[in-house]
Amino acid sequence: MEFTVDGAAISATTGGRPLDPCKPLIMFLHGAALDRTSWQLQTRYFSHSGYSVMAVDLPGHGRSNEPPRSSIESYAEWVSGLVAAAGFEQAHLVGHSMGGLIALEAAARFSRSVSTLTMIGGATAIPVHPALLAAAEAGDHLAYELMASWGHGRRSHLGGHQTPGIWMMGATIRLWERSRPGVLAADLHACNDYSHGVEAADAVTCPSLLISGTLDVMTPYRAAEPLRHNLGDVREVMIEGAGHVMMTEHPDQVIDALAAFLQEVGSEVQP
Amino acid sequence: MVDPRLLKFDTLSVHAGQHPDSDFRARAVPIYQTTSYVFRDVEHAAGLFNLERQGHIYSRISNPTVAALEERLAALEGGVGAVATASGMSAMFLGIATLMGAGGHIVSSSSLYGGSNNLLATTLPRFGITTTFVHPRDTDGFRDAIRPETRLVFGETLGNPGLEIMDVEAIAEIAHEAGVPFMLDNTFATPYLFRPFEWGVDLIYHSITKFIGGHGVAIGGALVDGGTFDWESSGLFPTLTEPYSSYHGLKFTEEFGTQAFIIRARVEGLRDFGAPLAPQNAFYILQGTETLSIRMRKHIENTRQVVEFLDGRPEVSWISYPELPDHPDHRRALKLMPEGCGAIFAFGIKGGREAGKRFIERLGVFSHLANVGDARSLVIHPASTTHSTMDKEQLERAGVGEDLIRLSIGLEDPSDLIGDLASALAASRR
Repeated sequence: MEFTVDGAAISATTGGRPLDPCKPLIMFLHGAALDRTSWQLQTRYFSHSGYSVMAVDLPGHGRSNEPPRSSIESYAEWVSGLVAAAGFEQAHLVGHSMGGLIALEAAARFSRSVSTLTMIGGATAIPVHPALLAAAEAGDHLAYELMASWGHGRRSHLGGHQTPGIWMMGATIRLWERSRPGVLAADLHACNDYSHGVEAADAVTCPSLLISGTLDVMTPYRAAEPLRHNLGDVREVMIEGAGHVMMTEHPDQVIDALAAFLQEVGSEVQP
Repeated sequence: MVDPRLLKFDTLSVHAGQHPDSDFRARAVPIYQTTSYVFRDVEHAAGLFNLERQGHIYSRISNPTVAALEERLAALEGGVGAVATASGMSAMFLGIATLMGAGGHIVSSSSLYGGSNNLLATTLPRFGITTTFVHPRDTDGFRDAIRPETRLVFGETLGNPGLEIMDVEAIAEIAHEAGVPFMLDNTFATPYLFRPFEWGVDLIYHSITKFIGGHGVAIGGALVDGGTFDWESSGLFPTLTEPYSSYHGLKFTEEFGTQAFIIRARVEGLRDFGAPLAPQNAFYILQGTETLSIRMRKHIENTRQVVEFLDGRPEVSWISYPELPDHPDHRRALKLMPEGCGAIFAFGIKGGREAGKRFIERLGVFSHLANVGDARSLVIHPASTTHSTMDKEQLERAGVGEDLIRLSIGLEDPSDLIGDLASALAASRR
């Protein structure tokens, strides 16, 4: 469905059910140069389990036509505006990788719009390998291949997707190939330039959840250390054998971890 | 340059789609000979049925052994996913039925496997789907044949039996300009020799009975989605972009993006039309994928020796094999299939139908049967068998003359094959 934020049309999927202001909103924020369909294995579950769901195409991504933003801070402001534009006072923010940084920044700065924070493959900073940045800037396909290789745990390089017949390495690369020229480079720069994640974590007051993968090399265990120390009310779920794109690699574990967290913080609403 | 360390073709052909099973750590892909799967609980069951959770419900729709094969084929073709089916024909039908209903129109190459021709020319019109046939070398003819109701452009990588090679890139562009996908039957080439998604093709199907299995013991098919076609921009495919009442208004493109086609093919096509691949057959075909590269190299090596032998024989009036410089598509073959043009080719035997009959009956190592892509070398006379339902005009359009003999070269010692052919050619003159 389409939303208008600051006069620009924004696309989101609601997981097969319309938004209902009487149900708590979960807003899913995707990673660099991806789109709403990154969350295809989570959105339908939560929209049919008592939540309003929005998996958005960030500006410049998927079907959202306006240019991509150049900073995590700018995306965070946009997210805050989208919660209101959708007719909600608050949202449970769930972000993956770059989307996690956006959610962290939004939770720190716009606390009244954020009821909980979940970071999947989270960190306070995501420095980008110079070779990846250079390939992305050059529009070289190598950038997608590096993202796919580093983004999936080595186990996932052999497949074994939970959706029968889906080859996740190919599917993820195809998603990146669909991104508009320059978007991956812009997103990677936004990640690389984000420097006050520790201060943001300090400022977060809502309950938070970290979902981490034991084989994640893009945001490895140590990268989330400042989050463990600085987020005030934090819990963590470690998924054995998962790489960085764990909502694709281990969709059920991500659903179960998020559902348990939301139940714990008292936000579950019976459908 | 940093190496992304993505797994290569030969590694994927052995491993893709499988991890040792969690219960017994079986190294080979186990045969999950079961119709159904126990749900974790009531909520899990409901989630699976409503596509809120992913997993196996019933083996008509998916099965773990079959899924390993599907992932492996998608990996080898460079696609986003695959659905394995009971046969190549059911894969072809599944592809068409996922895209269109009555009123739909297909533009197809005229050089097709006889079974594919039957489906398009005779059977589908009964269901309101019509086809315009275009010679595979008439690239502009594909553009001219496209109508407002066209929903698919279709062909074979190597035409059957003439081995014509379409201008794949140009025809893909023509299809995309019209907002429709381009589907290719890649059975004869296999992804070892040709990867159509890298040349603009959107959908692929295979008879995996042939080279991918390679042993001639199991029938199977597969439909592979490249995930490249933009269904939403096209606006011609409501099955993928509009709400589907059977899943409470699900829009496949909105929720599944690049996987919309292949997910609909499974959750509607296998659910409602049936025709899944049996797990036992998936197991057999998985054994074939593991040796695909080395087998294809040997097939090509043998074929080149046999073609060279036939090229100098007085009983042979012509040979159609794209690796030969006089083949009309030779240059395109070098560009698209630098590793080789497969192990199937056709030749004309002097003396027509009667000489052909004597030739086939004299062969000892070659088997006379209706199949290709086997470890064994095979021979057939298409005009009287695989293409026998065609009338004279259709045979002409498909390039099937009465003198045409089709060979599928196997993995035997090439000197034995040449010896067998030499004896049979001599017999054909008597």
